[in-house]
Amino acid sequence: MKILLVDDSRTIRNIQKNILAKLEHKEIDEAADGVEALVKLDEFSPDLILLDWNMPNMDGYTFLQTIRKNGVKTPVIMCTTEAEKTRVVQAIQAGANNYVVKPFSTETMAEKIEQTMKKVAAGA
Amino acid sequence: MDVRYINPFVKSIKNLFQTMLSTNVAFGRPFIPSPDDDWRTDVSGVIGFSGDASGAVVLVFSMDTATKLASQFAGTTMDSDHPDFSDAIGELANMVAGGAKPEFEGLDISISLPSVIIGKNHELSNSRVHPGLVIPCDTTLGSFRVHVSMKIEKLATVGASS
Repeated sequence: MKILLVDDSRTIRNIQKNILAKLEHKEIDEAADGVEALVKLDEFSPDLILLDWNMPNMDGYTFLQTIRKNGVKTPVIMCTTEAEKTRVVQAIQAGANNYVVKPFSTETMAEKIEQTMKKVAAGA
Repeated sequence: MDVRYINPFVKSIKNLFQTMLSTNVAFGRPFIPSPDDDWRTDVSGVIGFSGDASGAVVLVFSMDTATKLASQFAGTTMDSDHPDFSDAIGELANMVAGGAKPEFEGLDISISLPSVIIGKNHELSNSRVHPGLVIPCDTTLGSFRVHVSMKIEKLATVGASS
């Protein structure tokens, strides 16, 4: 499974890569903001996107709105410090498939990825 | 600043360090900084608040503690010359601020992107606009301080979700 990591923090992307490597996910690409992620979406064609909210140039929420408006159905898990219920609802309404609040554990990340891909496979 | 505003940050720091650094934090008694105190430090991670609250949270470390915490967080050895050192410190500050935010129920608070100041013995001044409180934190990797300066712009229910 190809996974695109979108986060302006390289530390977080590296932490996510380490977790994904433990989960046997090795096809990974990265973007540091929404603008770069739009390019990577075309070039890399990911099966899943882990998406931060607060980023420079284009934030994750705007990126999500943009790709859903363009008919892109790639599953998206928001991975952000934005933990308020209002933000979660906002992201789900914009087309996020799941939500991980930072700080996250390896177990939480594994569970959310599995949950998301199962839901997508079931057509939910 | 209302001392009740400290609890969301204590809870957030505790959760961050347990979840991503596998480290417990012992908290000292929060105090009001005095101009007579020595505020020289080596590494500061800053996040600003805007919207229904204004101010900032600043994580303040000695270089030794900062490199140990950044290394533990990132899962790789980091010194201050490492290209991701400031990024790691900024992300720690981001998670502390982000984790505290939901505890201020009913407030729409935005947080800034992190800023990191690295410089031996730089001085941190307490804001006259938003006088704050300092939370002393101690871990097995070293001690650090968290300065919280926050002004709530509208009535909030703090910590109701905890």
